[in-house]
Formats: sequence, structure tokens, C-alpha cells
Amino acid sequence: MGSCSSHAARIPDVDSIQRETGFSQASLLRLYHRFRALDRNKKGYLSRVDLQEIGALAVNPLGDRIIDSFFPDGSLQLDFPGFVRVLAHFRPVDVEDHGNRDPQEPEPLNSRMNKLRFAFQLYDLDRDGKISRHEMLQVLRLMVGVQVTEEQLESIADRTVQEADEDGDGAVSFLEFTKSLEKMNIEQKMSIRILK
Amino acid sequence: MFLLLPFDSLIVSLLGISLTVLFTLLLVFIIAPAIFGVSFGIRKLYMKTLLKIFAWATLRMERGAKEKNHQLYKPYTNGIIAKDPTSLEEEIKEIRRSGSSKALDNTREFELSDIFYFCRKGMETIMDDEVTKRFSAEELESWNLLSRTNYNFQYISLRLTVLWGLGVLIRYCFLLPLRIALAFTGISLLVVGTTVVGYLPNGRFKEFLSKHVHLMCYRICVRALTAIITYHDRKNRPRNGGICVANHTSPIDVIILASDGYYAMVGQVHGGLMGVIQRAMVKACPHVWFERSEVKDRHLVAKRLTEHVQDKSKLPILIFPEGTCINNTSVMMFKKGSFEIGATVYPVAIKYDPQFGDAFWNSSKYGMVTYLLRMMTSWAIVCSVWYLPPMTREAEEDAVQFANRVKSAIARQGGLVDLLWDGGLKREKVKDTFKEEQQKLYSKMIVGNHEDRSRS
Repeated sequence: MGSCSSHAARIPDVDSIQRETGFSQASLLRLYHRFRALDRNKKGYLSRVDLQEIGALAVNPLGDRIIDSFFPDGSLQLDFPGFVRVLAHFRPVDVEDHGNRDPQEPEPLNSRMNKLRFAFQLYDLDRDGKISRHEMLQVLRLMVGVQVTEEQLESIADRTVQEADEDGDGAVSFLEFTKSLEKMNIEQKMSIRILK
Repeated sequence: MFLLLPFDSLIVSLLGISLTVLFTLLLVFIIAPAIFGVSFGIRKLYMKTLLKIFAWATLRMERGAKEKNHQLYKPYTNGIIAKDPTSLEEEIKEIRRSGSSKALDNTREFELSDIFYFCRKGMETIMDDEVTKRFSAEELESWNLLSRTNYNFQYISLRLTVLWGLGVLIRYCFLLPLRIALAFTGISLLVVGTTVVGYLPNGRFKEFLSKHVHLMCYRICVRALTAIITYHDRKNRPRNGGICVANHTSPIDVIILASDGYYAMVGQVHGGLMGVIQRAMVKACPHVWFERSEVKDRHLVAKRLTEHVQDKSKLPILIFPEGTCINNTSVMMFKKGSFEIGATVYPVAIKYDPQFGDAFWNSSKYGMVTYLLRMMTSWAIVCSVWYLPPMTREAEEDAVQFANRVKSAIARQGGLVDLLWDGGLKREKVKDTFKEEQQKLYSKMIVGNHEDRSRS
């Protein structure tokens, strides 16, 4: 009859995933259940189509870009560790982390820098480390659809790039991006709390 | 050879006696009350006993999990993430405010930080969205001794396993044959009864008999599923010339409603057993059956329904406007067809208690026969039916608004989540028009400001 039993021990490599992402066992269990629920054909991995079928994601103007961030480097299959790795960027920042973090260890996935990096790559399609005016225009076009004219959009894109661009190369690098957002409470705005 | 004969006849006579006893018991305790519409209260007692056993079973599992120092998987029906119910505009304004060192000035059109809103919203829907979870069976908070609902299989002690085994024995070897026998009786009585009534000349006597044959057979089917139904507000029951709409969870909804009222059914003509039942039923009283080709023609459907509704001597129509089975935690978009006809609408809310047996038909997972077998091997089907006061379409609202109003009333009464999503999302992708709405909202924010600037 297909019991949907899920136990932390059933999740493959649960310890390494926990270390890498910082999610608690309870949260991982919930995410694993969600992963299995999205995997409608029980393939064991997710494809683009599985994510596209989420109605609320399909109506999000940046839906496709968000889905792309789960499939880096042209991969077609998303396994559970990959799924959780991306979601880990949105884990709320633990205040205790900063105190006793070993400086030798890599930065946690949900650090401020990594959250900013995630947002940056939604703009930077070709992954060249800079948001060109063209890329800015593309994202704007996604967010407004057909509601705004080309001229208005171009002027908005121009203004935005000009304001953030400090070294005058006509594009926004990652450092310029972080500088323009240094006052933003990224930790709160890019965090999703999983209920216990 | 000769030694076997007395044994043979002994076995045969024993068999005969037990069958007769069983049949008499069946007749007295189940079929006779069904005919007269009374109840001995056996099912309610059964329900109470089961509840006590389930609570005990869950406690044992929790204890087992604690001993191993693990977490028991507890499902959340309200979603697994914390969400703030703010609008697009509010959120983006707040994001901008938190990042801007200047005083809040409205001349800012677009900010690099605006993307955070869409990004986070998108991630939230990936972690937990309102629709995906409506098309699989509702998860239970405590275990009901059925392996199909067990998420914590490894915490079962020996005692629980024995209890579960006993449950399997009772359900498969005692309840299942009993229920199949009852179902068989119910359906054959329906077919035979309605055919016989069909031969009578039209008149009050025929109507009277037809009503009671229908009711009796549906009541037997209700007992075949061990359905324990509580009806509320029966004074609001649908009358002739009206349309009864209800939320749809399974094909059993029809049996549940029709065992308490006399309705005209609407549906497609099927082949096989269903077709036989349909043809027999229509002899006794006018149901509305459509050929497969006619179903596509919306005008034809609307026309026939309107004709039926305008004839006050005809029975109220029973319709499920969601168009597909939803898992009884929410109500999805109602199709506007039945709300355009202009008849009085009698909303009915049906809420199942999944503890005793989940009635949701996951048609992508199970076929009809597997589904019925699962139904008949559950403990019971427990549900509440609320008859809501009748509603009519008001002058200023169109069919869609009327449909949404009725849907909200049903959702509120049944304690279900009211969703605007189309149940057709089970099989199809969402339309692009919804994305345009989001884009419109955002554009107003960034271009609306621009217009203000150019004006000043």
C-alpha cells in the first residue's frame, strides 16, 4: 500500500548534509518529505518540470530564473543534497554561529555574503561576475512583463547601473552590488524559517 | 468413503446454519434499519472504541521514539514554513526602506533589492505551496493502525504489531466480506427496484416508490462502507427546482448526500456496471445523463440543466463544481457553469474525518476498483454534512463572483482552506494570465512613481 515512512536515517548521507547546510534533523526531515512530494513520478530526483508544475512558482515573474539556480552548469537532475544546498541559503542566520565558528571552515551557506551571492547570480545570467546593462534590462523585463515600454525600462536600467557602478566600467560587479546593499537587512529579507 | 459421508453432511449443515444465521443478523441489524431509516447506534459505539485504541497506539509510538532518542515525524497541515501575509507593495517598500539610508522618498523607481522579494517568495513556494499538498491524502497526526498512513514505521513495538495484525484480520476477513455482500445487495436492489418502478404509470405512487427505493438502496450502500454521517441543519435541504453544490472529495460523496435526500444526478453515461445502474435509475425518475460527445458542448449542457431546473416538479440537481477530487483540506475554484443557470443554489459542505479512513480518491494513483477496496478495508468513513442556507445570484455579481461567494461559504462551514486555484492544476499547468497579474502589480510600483515624477 506504499507507506510514506520517512526517518532521518533513511535520508542518504544525512550527516554530511547536516554539516554542509546547517539544517536541523527535524527540518531536513520536512524538506525530505517535500522533496518526495514534488517528485511525482518517484524518480528519486527532481527535474525542471517538477518545479515548473508548482502553480505559485509559475506565476512568479522570476520563476524560471529561480528554477535555473537549482540546475547549475546545465545539469538536468536535482538530487536531495543539491535541493537542500540551494535552500540552505535561505536558512535564518543563527546568532551563535558567529561566536564559535572556526575560521578555517568554509563560510556557512546562509551567511550574508552567500545570500548576496545567490541574489547576484539571479541577475548575472552569463556568470561573468558582472551585471551588464543588458542583463539588468532582461531581469527588469521579466519582472514587468509587457506593462512597461522599452524606453522607460532602458532609462531605469541605465540609472540603476550608473548609481551602483563605481569603477565606471558600465557594469555592476559583485563588490559594487554588495556596497549598494550594505545597509540592507539581508539576513531577515532573504530568510525563510522552517517551523519545528 | 463411508466414514466421510457423515462428516460431509455435518460440515454442509454447519455451513448452512451459519450462513442462515449470518444472513438473518445482516437483515435485522443492517438492512431492515436501512429500509426504515433508523439506526441502532452500533456504528457510533464502534467509532468511540476505535478512537481510544488509536490514542493508545500513538502514545506507544511516541514512547518508542523517545527511547531511541529520535524525532517522530509529525505532519503540519498549515504548512512547514513561517509566512507573513503581506502584499507585494508593502514588502517591497519595506525592503527598500531597510536598505536606504535616505529618508523615504517616493522618487525611487527600481532598486536592486526589489529582486529579493520575488526570490524569497519563489523559494517559499518551492518549500511549501498551497496546491501540491491538496492532491495527496491528508496526513494524520495520530496513527490509525493502517499501514497506509504510517510515517513512523520503525517505532512499532511488539504489542502494537500484534494489535495491527489483529486489525488486519478484522478488516480483511470480517469487515470486507460483510461490506462486499452489503454493497452487492444494495446495488442489485437499486437496479431491480428502479426497473420495476419504471414500469408503473406516472403519478404520485410511482414518485413515492421511486424515492423510497432510491433512499433505501443508498442507505444500504452507506452501511456497506460503514459510513457514520452526521447531518447538520437539515431544514436547509435542497428543494425542487434548485441546484445542490458541494465540495468534492470522492465518488462516495454522491452516496452520502443521496442517502439523505432525493436528487437528480448529473453525469456522463458510462459503460459497464455504471451504465447499467444509470439506465435503470433513469427509468424511475428523470436524471440528467449526457453522452460523451455532448459533454464538450457547454451550451447544450447549460440548456438541459436549465430546462430541468425550470420544471418545478423535477428534483434538485446534484453537482460538484470543482470538477475533480480534492483531498478535503481545501476547496478549489468552482467552475462557473452551474452558477450561470439562474436557479437557487443550495450549498452543502462535506468534511471527512480522516482518522478512520481517508475517503480522498487520488485518481492518478488508484483506479476505481482499488479505491473501493481501500474504502472497504478501512475502519469506517466518518463525515459531517452541513446544509447551508440557499443562495441566489445578486444583481451586480456575475457568475464567477457568485461561485466564489458560495465557495467561501462552504469553506468556512467545513473548516477548509478557501483557494482560488483551479483543481485542474492536478493535471495541467497554470495559465500565464496569473503571472501577468503579478507583473502588473510590480509595474505599477515602479512606473506609477515615474508618472508622478513627470507630472511634477
